[in-house]
Amino acid sequence: MTEYPLTPSQTVGPYLSLGLTWPAGPDVVPPGTPDAIRISGVLFDGAGAVVPDGMIETWQADPDGRFAHPDDPRGAAEPGVPGFLGFGRSTTDAEGRWEIRTVRPGALPAGDGLTEAPHLDVSVFARGLLDRVVTRIYFSDEPANDTDPVLGDVPTERRETLVAQKDGDGDYRLDIHLQGPRETVFFQV
Amino acid sequence: MTELIYPYAEDTHPPLDSPGYRSTGLRAPTRRPIVLPQRFTEITGPLLVGEIGPNDHDLTRQHDGEPQGQRITVSGRVLDSGGRPVPDTLVEVWQANAAGRYRHAGDTWPAPIDPNFSGGGRVVTNSLGEYSFTTVRPGAYPWGNHPNAWRPAHIHFSLFGRAFTQRLVTQMYFPDDPLFAYDPIYNSVPEGARERMVSRFDLDTTQPNWALSYRWDIVLRGREQTVFEQVDAGEPHDD
Ligand SMILES: [Fe+2]
Repeated sequence: MTEYPLTPSQTVGPYLSLGLTWPAGPDVVPPGTPDAIRISGVLFDGAGAVVPDGMIETWQADPDGRFAHPDDPRGAAEPGVPGFLGFGRSTTDAEGRWEIRTVRPGALPAGDGLTEAPHLDVSVFARGLLDRVVTRIYFSDEPANDTDPVLGDVPTERRETLVAQKDGDGDYRLDIHLQGPRETVFFQV
Repeated sequence: MTELIYPYAEDTHPPLDSPGYRSTGLRAPTRRPIVLPQRFTEITGPLLVGEIGPNDHDLTRQHDGEPQGQRITVSGRVLDSGGRPVPDTLVEVWQANAAGRYRHAGDTWPAPIDPNFSGGGRVVTNSLGEYSFTTVRPGAYPWGNHPNAWRPAHIHFSLFGRAFTQRLVTQMYFPDDPLFAYDPIYNSVPEGARERMVSRFDLDTTQPNWALSYRWDIVLRGREQTVFEQVDAGEPHDD
């Protein structure tokens, strides 16, 4: 079979909002969904300045740990939560703040008897990033984090960069640092 | 456990740390990324997101009047590296107007705003992975990266594919742009891969008396499956 050469990545640049925003982007579930949570944070650069022209995207399983997607080897599952999209998108505002409104994903079988703790996959885009960078969001009040195989691969002292802290009822907070002493753990997928 | 994976290509994408593009300095992560095995969250992804409006495929019809500039169509196929079309996938585009000005509060250089041009579009590929939209050819524009820095004319593209691992944001350029030689963003891509971002003028699909045609195919990461899963799955899985 012929190999077609891949198209290279380029930065989203400073004007991504012209093409990539829509008002309901941060709503992974419709407003008013029972047990909805809010995950928010600030995107920082290596000097500790906020990034006001970035974008965060999230992708996650539903609360049962399933995806409405045919490539899930367990089969595509209609989400138990009406209107659940699995996908969220938030541009950062003038204060560098992003926010996703969703429901907590379920745990996922990871093969070899392992289980992935509830998590969201995250892409970060910004002027100055020539490719997206990928990270994850875990939850601070989740005992399964201790046996999560991905967190297990991350040096202990850096794991907290992936764990959103519970900040009141249904509120979680995680700042993302592109660079510097508190640099977020990023993944190659 | 699935063995479906989307291999990463080292020789295609620009290094995050590309000093010629100054904004990478404080934004590109400096630590080596940790390899994330591709499990359920990575081999799935958003299939169709957002809504498509009636004029989202035609950036020249989003206002009462027509925008200034050279009317063009941009079309092509979205494929994976195995040559399989990627159907029903969202393609988002945004661009400057014919004078090189973005309709964005952050763009203040002294080129005219066009009241008839917003510069954003959305289309979905058909069953053959084909996309097409109509627009005006964007102008080049200056930026502050270095003295007398100008970006070659380009259209920003965003693609999802069908898996989280296939997500791609890139820029499409126009053939024979004299600014290529001076642009650190274009040149951040390894030699040998840059020209994949350059569209091709095509007379055959140019519409007489109406619009010049530029063709550009976009190739996302391909999916591979091991023998293990093909045995396990019982039926061919080649979509
Ligand atoms: Fe641009």
